[in-house]
Amino acid sequence: MDLHIVRTILRHELREAQRNRWFVLCAAVFGVLALALSYLGLSGLGTFGVAGFGRTAASLLHLVMVIVPLMGLLMGALSVAGEREQGTLLTLLAQPVTPAEVLAGKFAGSAVALAGSLLVGFGASGAVVARYGGMSHAGSYAVLVIFTLLLGLMHLALGFCISVVTRRTSTALGLALGCWLAMVFLSDLGLMGTAMVLKLGPAELLWASLANPIQAFKLGALRAMHGTVDALGPSGRYAADVLGTHLAPLMAAWLAAWILVPMGVALRVFTRRGAV
Amino acid sequence: MTSAIAVRQLVKRFGSLVAVDHLDFSVAPRETVVLWGANGAGKTTVLRCVLGIVPFDGSIQVLGHEVCAQGKAARAKLGYVPQEIRFPGEQTVWETVAFYARLRRLAPARATALLDQWQLLSAARQPVRTLSGGMKQKLALVVALLPDPPVLLLDEPTSNLDAASRREFSVLLDQLKRSGKTLLCCLHRVGEVWKLADRVVVLEQGRKISEGPPQLVAASLSARTVVCLTVAHDRMAQAAGLLAARGFAVERNGMQLWVGVPEGRKVEPIQRLLEAGIPLLDLELGNP
Repeated sequence: MDLHIVRTILRHELREAQRNRWFVLCAAVFGVLALALSYLGLSGLGTFGVAGFGRTAASLLHLVMVIVPLMGLLMGALSVAGEREQGTLLTLLAQPVTPAEVLAGKFAGSAVALAGSLLVGFGASGAVVARYGGMSHAGSYAVLVIFTLLLGLMHLALGFCISVVTRRTSTALGLALGCWLAMVFLSDLGLMGTAMVLKLGPAELLWASLANPIQAFKLGALRAMHGTVDALGPSGRYAADVLGTHLAPLMAAWLAAWILVPMGVALRVFTRRGAV
Repeated sequence: MTSAIAVRQLVKRFGSLVAVDHLDFSVAPRETVVLWGANGAGKTTVLRCVLGIVPFDGSIQVLGHEVCAQGKAARAKLGYVPQEIRFPGEQTVWETVAFYARLRRLAPARATALLDQWQLLSAARQPVRTLSGGMKQKLALVVALLPDPPVLLLDEPTSNLDAASRREFSVLLDQLKRSGKTLLCCLHRVGEVWKLADRVVVLEQGRKISEGPPQLVAASLSARTVVCLTVAHDRMAQAAGLLAARGFAVERNGMQLWVGVPEGRKVEPIQRLLEAGIPLLDLELGNP
């Protein structure tokens, strides 16, 4: 793989990300909400005697689970399908490049843009908390940032896979939004229903829930931030008992696998299908 | 002598549709070969196979590089001008050219020189979407010529241009031919074929039905008279339907309707459209 080509496409994708209205809107919403949550967290300072990074990280966890998957999925879904539909992919692939270099460059560019926008949001929020609330639980906040980056990249990879498989931008966007709804809102309900009907035990419930990487994010981030996942019920307690101190690293590895597998599928399909 | 392009037993299928069927032809260095045929004959598909950007069966070599196994090396020898401009519209002309120059490890000075040579330097800061059709096509040519490739693939480069831009672009193609480039083109205007081609490969439903100098395949080239009509984009479907209902063979091609007419009835489609209140923006006869 020629890294010069990958770097050139990466830079090009970064510029294109700045022109992507979906992405800019989502990044702005994330930044504003992250800042708002940090101010709200600080407003309780003195009333409850608990504030700083710990409370802000806990509040941000829920925001991250909703917005970051959407950002990653939309950005990924628009990447290849949009260029294929416009015909710009044809011109790019007509150059002395391989599909793997194009896909790697496009993914790396999107990943840097996504990570950059998330770090700006976290950075602004963190600066406010550090300024007014002190540095307590800063480690929890850092762990949340790391898990959030993994969650974002994982959804970006899934979005790329959708984008490569579909031929039209509208189809890719529809599928991405469908995935987002299913993973963020419907999977919990489905899991609860399945558990009740099939009378699943904590072990089965845990493995079934891990099919949704957002659950892996929740387990890993909560464990690393607070040391306990009791809030996640019997499956969370079971995970803590069985996996112990390995729980958070294993969940991080699981999220990383969710980056590699969709990108592997995307590369296979992209190489076979080409620009049309 | 080694062929610049050698196509052997090329087969390309889209599902059950055979778009190119056991096609053989070659292009000698410095030769200009035109692929000729109706819409759907497989011309564009052949060019995409030569570029190696779609999978195919058979063998294609570009200056000795097997496209399937050495696609990157083969594409390094090729420049490609598509039928329609294929660059992000929000990018400026300079951003577009600089990106492709960087991709090929070329100095920015090369991009500047080519923009200057093709009279695009003054538009360097303009977004691509603001360029006229002729300027966009020139931009595509500049990108294709950046690495000074020995072989150029041109996919109906004049089909979306107005008459003035088309004449200008034809002169540019002639210059490229005289400069010693090997050209493999899809062209649909017989006049351009006569002017440019050393050899014509006539395709029909993905198969080669004849091959030779334009004079020898003249019967295929002038088998029908085609009136090329330009109407407003929002009236195209109406105009095509009206002419088809009157028994004319109508094809949509870019901004134009191509209407196949028997000798002596060339004016009739124009009359029909004007009677129906569909204004004509431009017209041209497809034969020389």
